[in-house]
Amino acid sequence: MQKEYTVTVYTEDRIGITNRITIIFTRRGINITSLTTAETEIPGVYKFVITVMSTRELLDKVVGQIERLIEIHRAFVHEEDEVVYQELALYKISTKALHTAGDVEKLIRENNARILTITGDYFVIEKTGHQQELVDFIKKLEPYGLIEYTKSGRVAIVKWSRRFHEHLKELDKSVASY
Amino acid sequence: MQQKDVLPMKAEKEADKRLDVKPVITGAEALMRSLVAEGVETIFGYPGGAIMPIYDALYDFQDQVHHILVRHEQGATHAAQGYARSSGKVGVAFATSGPGATNLVTGLADAYMDSTPMVCITGQVAASLLGTDAFQETDVIGITMPITKWNIQVTKQEDIPAAIAKAFYIARSGRPGPVLVDITKNAQVGKCEFEYKKCEFIRSYQPIPELDNEAVTAAAALINSAKKPYIFCGHGVLIAGAENQLLELAEKAQIPVASTLLGLSAVPVDHPLYGGLLGMHGNYAPNMLTCECDLVIAVGMRFDDRVTGDVNTFVKQAKVIHIEIDAAEINKIIRADVAIHADAKTALEALNKLIMPARHDEWLKEFEVGHKKEYDKVQHRELYPETGEIKMAEAVRLISEKTKGEAILVTDVGQHQMIASRYYRFKNPNTNITSGGMGTMGFSVPAAMGAKMGAPEKEVVAVIGDGCFQMTLQELGTIYQSQIGVKMVILNNNFLGMVRQWQQLFFDKRYSSTEMTNPDFVQIAKGFFIPGKKVSAREDLSSAIDEMLATPGAYLLEIVVEKEDNVFPMVPAGAPVSSIRLE
Repeated sequence: MQKEYTVTVYTEDRIGITNRITIIFTRRGINITSLTTAETEIPGVYKFVITVMSTRELLDKVVGQIERLIEIHRAFVHEEDEVVYQELALYKISTKALHTAGDVEKLIRENNARILTITGDYFVIEKTGHQQELVDFIKKLEPYGLIEYTKSGRVAIVKWSRRFHEHLKELDKSVASY
Repeated sequence: MQQKDVLPMKAEKEADKRLDVKPVITGAEALMRSLVAEGVETIFGYPGGAIMPIYDALYDFQDQVHHILVRHEQGATHAAQGYARSSGKVGVAFATSGPGATNLVTGLADAYMDSTPMVCITGQVAASLLGTDAFQETDVIGITMPITKWNIQVTKQEDIPAAIAKAFYIARSGRPGPVLVDITKNAQVGKCEFEYKKCEFIRSYQPIPELDNEAVTAAAALINSAKKPYIFCGHGVLIAGAENQLLELAEKAQIPVASTLLGLSAVPVDHPLYGGLLGMHGNYAPNMLTCECDLVIAVGMRFDDRVTGDVNTFVKQAKVIHIEIDAAEINKIIRADVAIHADAKTALEALNKLIMPARHDEWLKEFEVGHKKEYDKVQHRELYPETGEIKMAEAVRLISEKTKGEAILVTDVGQHQMIASRYYRFKNPNTNITSGGMGTMGFSVPAAMGAKMGAPEKEVVAVIGDGCFQMTLQELGTIYQSQIGVKMVILNNNFLGMVRQWQQLFFDKRYSSTEMTNPDFVQIAKGFFIPGKKVSAREDLSSAIDEMLATPGAYLLEIVVEKEDNVFPMVPAGAPVSSIRLE
């Protein structure tokens, strides 16, 4: 059955590595719904967090084919309950609306959002959470005249990742080859 | 004649050694020295603008490296594949940027599918021009990413030796495959200090998996208790050099062995436990008995759809042990009850220690029954016809007999390939070279060239379809120029025979674009100064093959065969293996 999965991939820092990973999803006709990447606590090792709608059976094979790539350390598929994750959204609201429409303070408090900046024309609210919460917040902001909304991909920590990260730290001692 | 140029360089090298200083040389020379350090003796290639500095450096290495000038870059890749498969070394091809690089694509994809170690070096426009649509610029890294085991663009001369070291290490280790190194022109001409260190370790890559002894024990228990065990022998057995270990397992427990297309020649065809060829056009008994066995021991094979037919019915009644070096192949198509992630040799050596001697006489007899059925219905009339046009199978039988099964057989793709694979009686390992996974028409002429370069002491016979021959026949120019003694046999039915067969069986005989009006192949060979002959009568066939084999150097024999001959047995695509047809 299709559902949302989180795929994490640990890679070397190489030009084109994103392409190498994504073409494996492309071959199997899997749409990537979000992709986030950044360097891990180990210098030179990058972590990709990819969300997809697919089946476990297919993703187990995809992950195997990703791991086959030379510059990939490991790749994993995670069910929803195996990861702690967050996404981040920014909302741009008209400052004029702020004066006219209701209690913004309450709205921000109740939704654990915060204001990043205020100008004469607009102000920007930041909120972290899961996809649905961030989308729901758009509706709540509509009376205030939402100008723009943008959301990041997922960042995720795997609940059972300790052993693997110890392995990564071991890697740190071996020099990345050319 | 080039001695004058070579000598000062040698003297220079000696001087470098004495003074213990790193020589300062161009990137192009660094590449050549790196290739020599990797033991490269033969390169197949084609020059052009962006790779000219490398060809200029090559000029000074002619006493160490033999460059074969091909007639098309695709030919260079297939030749490098043939060379790799016959010699066990890494095949090397050179091409220029742009069209030179894109012409490598088919060969790279073929080598990737068939796990062939190959390093392709392409020239590239100068780094300053990258991404600007410069003359003959193409994004070869992007293009070849999904069809190479690894690729890299080198834009600085000092990075060349390490890139080459890594390329060779990756190409030949683990599950072998093709690697492409794209070198920008500025890096070829720029100077750098040269030092070469072989690559033996990449921290994100484990080509030698740790053997799981529990899996080995579990596999041994399954084998020791099986009533109808069955070994599938794949290409991985040949790549790992595990032919003896495989036979030890088979003989110890009296287990029949069937081969995949690329596994052919790992087990001698006349071995009493050899059960035949698996797959769509394989033998009747080994296919049917996949439905009867209670244990499959799949060694170095990947359950290609041409082997399994309908995967939902394939070996469903049996337990499966899968020995495979590429973890991504395990459970990809067929779920393994026990998976041993290792190369075939390591796994079989460990396994053989735990195997109890056993007999499976009744089980082995079932193969004989199936063989008899196939022989009576198909093979006898194919191999020993007395009337009508020449059959492909009788030609292959004669070639097999006259070469004593000891030639390197290179086949192209189609009916002739299936017939040759079915009826050539292989005696020695690594004597079957064909395009299995990709099914690349036009493979055999250049691959045979490479195979002969890789094993000059062996007879190399290419069996070619008339359609295939016309895809790469320009390589006759290479064969003539470099005096490569390959024997080429065209089985000419004036049809794209395999497609025609499918049209006959599955498309109501609507022969859409499969009939060929062919040229005079012998005249074409003559144009390249290659002797040849055409036979169409049965009584001339045997002596024509004798003449071909007796003629020194290259030879082209055109055999006109039955126009609408079909290959049987046949498992229709996607159907259960049990639906195999004998007619």
